[in-house]
Amino acid sequence: MSNGDANASLSARNINFSFGRKAVLDNVQIDVPNGRFVALLGQNGAGKTTLFSIITGLYAAHGGEIRIGGHDLRKSTQAALGAIGVVFQRPTLDRDLTVRQNLRYFCNLHGISTAEAQERIDASLLSYNLSDLHQRKVTELSGGQQRRIELARSTLHDPNFLLLDEPTVGLDHANRMEFVSNVKALCKERNVGVLWATHLMDEVEDADYVYILHHGKIMFEGGSGNLLEEHGKRSIAELYSHLTKQHTDTKNR
Amino acid sequence: MNLKHATNCFKGILIRESLRFLNQRARFFAALVRPLVWLFIFAAGFRSVLGVSIIPPYQTYVLYEEYITPGLLGMIMLFNGMQSSLSMVYDREMGSMRLLLISPLPRWFLLLCKLLSGVAVALLQVYVFLLIAWFWEVRPPVSGYFMVIPALILSGLMLGALGLMLSSFVTQLENFAGVMNFVIFPMFFASSALYPLWRLRDSSELLYWVANLNPFTHAVEFVRFALYSQINWQAGLITLLCTLFFSAVAIWGYDPLRGFLPRKGGAAV
Repeated sequence: MSNGDANASLSARNINFSFGRKAVLDNVQIDVPNGRFVALLGQNGAGKTTLFSIITGLYAAHGGEIRIGGHDLRKSTQAALGAIGVVFQRPTLDRDLTVRQNLRYFCNLHGISTAEAQERIDASLLSYNLSDLHQRKVTELSGGQQRRIELARSTLHDPNFLLLDEPTVGLDHANRMEFVSNVKALCKERNVGVLWATHLMDEVEDADYVYILHHGKIMFEGGSGNLLEEHGKRSIAELYSHLTKQHTDTKNR
Repeated sequence: MNLKHATNCFKGILIRESLRFLNQRARFFAALVRPLVWLFIFAAGFRSVLGVSIIPPYQTYVLYEEYITPGLLGMIMLFNGMQSSLSMVYDREMGSMRLLLISPLPRWFLLLCKLLSGVAVALLQVYVFLLIAWFWEVRPPVSGYFMVIPALILSGLMLGALGLMLSSFVTQLENFAGVMNFVIFPMFFASSALYPLWRLRDSSELLYWVANLNPFTHAVEFVRFALYSQINWQAGLITLLCTLFFSAVAIWGYDPLRGFLPRKGGAAV
């Protein structure tokens, strides 16, 4: 999906990466326009987490270009990183600290002044119904509460682009759906572009656009409605298993 | 990078490290008990066996407790530096290290903040130890308590940078525990922390040279002289050079383009 917007939330072009001789990502291209909810589907080991590590600058791609909110990740690293909000697959809250201390720490890392941080934290906790937990230690919270706090934290610096790497792993159905609706609300209300990686198809049934990453390559992409219609499938889950099976069969022939 | 952002970031990391340290009270007591056991038991037991002659910076015969006190300050900095690095491996496994490294500031600066915060926590332990040692009749000159601060900071940075460098090679916590055993104990025992170099030379010329090549020896001597209001320029310079070298390798190790982790396919930092 290329919308030609120079300030799109994410524009990743020709991304290649390998661990030694093992190619992990092969010429991957992904676009996330502002205010859109984009799904990245792929089985475990497809390369989703590696791609996210590259987008967040933890790994450097062996080629290609990444722009976040219009900033080139390689040339304007800090501006690009300042425009990303991330919820990683594994929890990143500090378990020795309280909720508020965790959020304050994040604000410090992003250079938000104490008074401003206080305001943003209060507003954010309120909007996610977490206000009464602010003095609790992270270890005292449920998995669902921890994930919501990570989501609240990821938007404290007002990012242009939100990156979510299987953020609902380990949550029950009700918590997963609540999390999904929170993220979709963010898309609409704040015009934030979202890239959501998952292998849980029910979470991304009504995504604006879908990328399917298979063995390090983008095998299929398109608007979810178009893809379903084109392949005569009723759900993203059905479509996904159809497309990946089709690809594997072709490869084996 | 603007100054306000940088200051805010350093403040955040320092507060976090301090809170973590205070929340883990067992860690605080363990860090304090270790050198105290050496001071109260080991030094008392070996006082008569390990007499120390007059060597700089001492101007008279000193008790063994007094001799090993700077070595024990070094021990606190050494364990703290390694513990701080251990926490980075733990952070990396738990994921919170990622949060730090994707902050919109240069990576070298983030790592430096992490190192300095670790040193600040170690300084707190050092002064609590020195207070207890004062009641144990280990009483350096008052000016020494102030002059030793820069020496402690530089030594702490060197040892923290060494730990950071090692942590960039290690992808899993279990492996790092092994590295600790191969680094901490040899560094501590093959140094001038517990006995002067001339005594080592009496028993083994080889050991003497090993201790001379050990950066920890120079950190301890730098601290020892500073605690007695003197400056050992040679030890200070070697400590500084080692700090720069270890820091450079650590920053290289954590560089996403050139570092070890992506090449090894380890956990994304």
